[in-house]
Amino acid sequence: MIEIDTITKRYGETTVVDTVSMTIAPRTITVIVGTSGSGKTTLMRMINRLVEPTSGKILIDGEPNSAIPGYELRRRIGYAIQGHGLFPHRTVAENIATVPTLLGWDKSRIDAKVKELLTLFQLDPAAFGPRYPHELSGGQQQRVGVARALAAEPNILLMDEPFGALDPVIRAKAQEDLLAIQKHFGTTIVLVTHDMEEAFHLADKIAVMDKGKIVQYAAPQDMLVNPATDFVETLIGAGERPFRLLSIGTVADAAEAGEADGEPIAAALSQRDALSALLWSGRQALPVVGADGAPLGRVTLASLTRRAARPQ
Amino acid sequence: MRFRIDKLGVVIAALLAYGAFLAPFANFRANRIVPGEARSIIEALPAGLGAAFLAFAVVAVVLIVAKTPTLFRLVLGLVALLALAILIGLAAGHLTPPENTYARVSPASGFWLTSFAFALVTTDALARLKLSPLARVALLAAVAAAAAALLMSGVWDGLSILKEYGSRAETFWLEASRHVVLALGSLAAAVLVGLPLGILCHRVEALRAGVLNVLNIIQTIPSIALFGLLIAPLGWIALNVPGAAAIGIRGIGAAPAFVALFLYSLLPVVANTVVGLAGVPRDANDAARGIGMTDRQRLFGVELPLAFPVILTGIRIVLVQNIGLATIAALIGGGGFGVFVFQGIGQTAMDLVLLGAVPTVALAFAAAIVLDAATELSSNKPGRAA
Repeated sequence: MIEIDTITKRYGETTVVDTVSMTIAPRTITVIVGTSGSGKTTLMRMINRLVEPTSGKILIDGEPNSAIPGYELRRRIGYAIQGHGLFPHRTVAENIATVPTLLGWDKSRIDAKVKELLTLFQLDPAAFGPRYPHELSGGQQQRVGVARALAAEPNILLMDEPFGALDPVIRAKAQEDLLAIQKHFGTTIVLVTHDMEEAFHLADKIAVMDKGKIVQYAAPQDMLVNPATDFVETLIGAGERPFRLLSIGTVADAAEAGEADGEPIAAALSQRDALSALLWSGRQALPVVGADGAPLGRVTLASLTRRAARPQ
Repeated sequence: MRFRIDKLGVVIAALLAYGAFLAPFANFRANRIVPGEARSIIEALPAGLGAAFLAFAVVAVVLIVAKTPTLFRLVLGLVALLALAILIGLAAGHLTPPENTYARVSPASGFWLTSFAFALVTTDALARLKLSPLARVALLAAVAAAAAALLMSGVWDGLSILKEYGSRAETFWLEASRHVVLALGSLAAAVLVGLPLGILCHRVEALRAGVLNVLNIIQTIPSIALFGLLIAPLGWIALNVPGAAAIGIRGIGAAPAFVALFLYSLLPVVANTVVGLAGVPRDANDAARGIGMTDRQRLFGVELPLAFPVILTGIRIVLVQNIGLATIAALIGGGGFGVFVFQGIGQTAMDLVLLGAVPTVALAFAAAIVLDAATELSSNKPGRAA
């Protein structure tokens, strides 16, 4: 649990983060959105003290984060950034091993961890471990960046626009991976982005920031139904609301018993993807399959239409 | 096969033709300070050898003008240079009258021009071959070994420059070691001081402009003036600081030369350290902090390794510059190869000047090749998109 208590950051006369308080529940994904200059990155960087607050405090599991030296704190908190920030002179395996090495793990434990993470991110350890970052594609570099952030098994993972530099296809894949990883480790994730679609797709709770203040901090669905201010409404985009609503839920949630013909859709995808597939193929229903390919019923256009309507 | 023309080859061939056929090959002087008499290649070499070399030159002109394979040009250049090196030694033996120890034979413009032409063929071929750094160092070692072998074999003993060496063999090696100690020692001191200073300038922005400007100004002081300026403070230190004189600090001699070279070396080292550190990707630095590296770990684990090739380039500049500049140290009694240069100028004995100049150039050249190779090796390491 992360408790942010009336935290403020000023640079000279400018207040970048203005008396922000929020509580982030463990094992959830919290997405901080806002326009550039809204203070969202600064807020996140105060959690691991890359930025020291002017006033206020942050408690992590009840302990103030100022209780231990900054570098020790940061070794316990995962950190992944846009453009991955991998060390170009170290191999993929060495990059991932950075924090465990700093923490003084023994070699066999580090090797096992590197192997586990590479496998988890669908990179063959034997093939990718000895390579250098510039020999990898953008998507692979990004995955290694997240793997490095997770290497010391942190409870908390901070991500600063982690998918910002990826093309849409790889970005969608990376988002699915992140959800799977979060489920796997139960990590508390705080993610900063300016992409609302990404926010609605990933978040358990969304915090909207504007001019250093949190304008609304709510579950995605609540935010859609009751935007706190005009700014939040603009950010969501009035015309996007039904689709945002569908982005929140997975196909699995909308699946019902029954059968349908044609190309099946994966249960882990969002309902928005299902709607898109239905509209494009001109069908009324699609078969749903699990990750292992087992049939899980079907998803119908009618049920999606119902789900896209404003909740009562 | 179509006969195609190599553009650079035309220029080189013209140079070669002029050097071989029109310019004098060697200079003969009755003693070491009178003006020389030019000798053509036919006159300078024992029967037939001169004509043979001219015939070779004709063939070489054709081969150089035509587009021939690069490796072939490299071999041609190296073989020709070796032949020239041996021929000039033979010319010395041939031209010097028997039992005459006063006569001097030295290479003349024809020899230098033909050598230069073949050296151009060689370096051009080397540049086109794009040899790996290690191969370049190996080639340098081979050339150095060949030169050493020629020296040991006595082929060159008749040449004026070696006659000058013969009468000064002991001083030569003493001055050589002083030269190397001056150049390398001041470099080491500059790295020891400049690297931390560069890191400090990188971290503390307020210092950067000031330090770099001061070092820039030092760089613009002419070396002789700087030696002069150092005499007073170093002399004062020698007089007033206990023990200073005992470790060799004096107003003239090696101390001011060392200090001056050190001061000149600081700018390239500090500036390249600052530039190298500034070039470290922001993301890598941010990530290093974000995952919990201390400042020291970030410096040694991320920043310095990534800045290393740029810093090494600075060290290369300093080393080559110092090897050259150390020559001036002789003016204030600092020793080094400059001793021969200034003695030679004083006695109008050009051979003596060459005895100081040739090893200096050779040293600087070798240092440049070795450090270029090291820079390339360090920046070609996988992990850096070149």
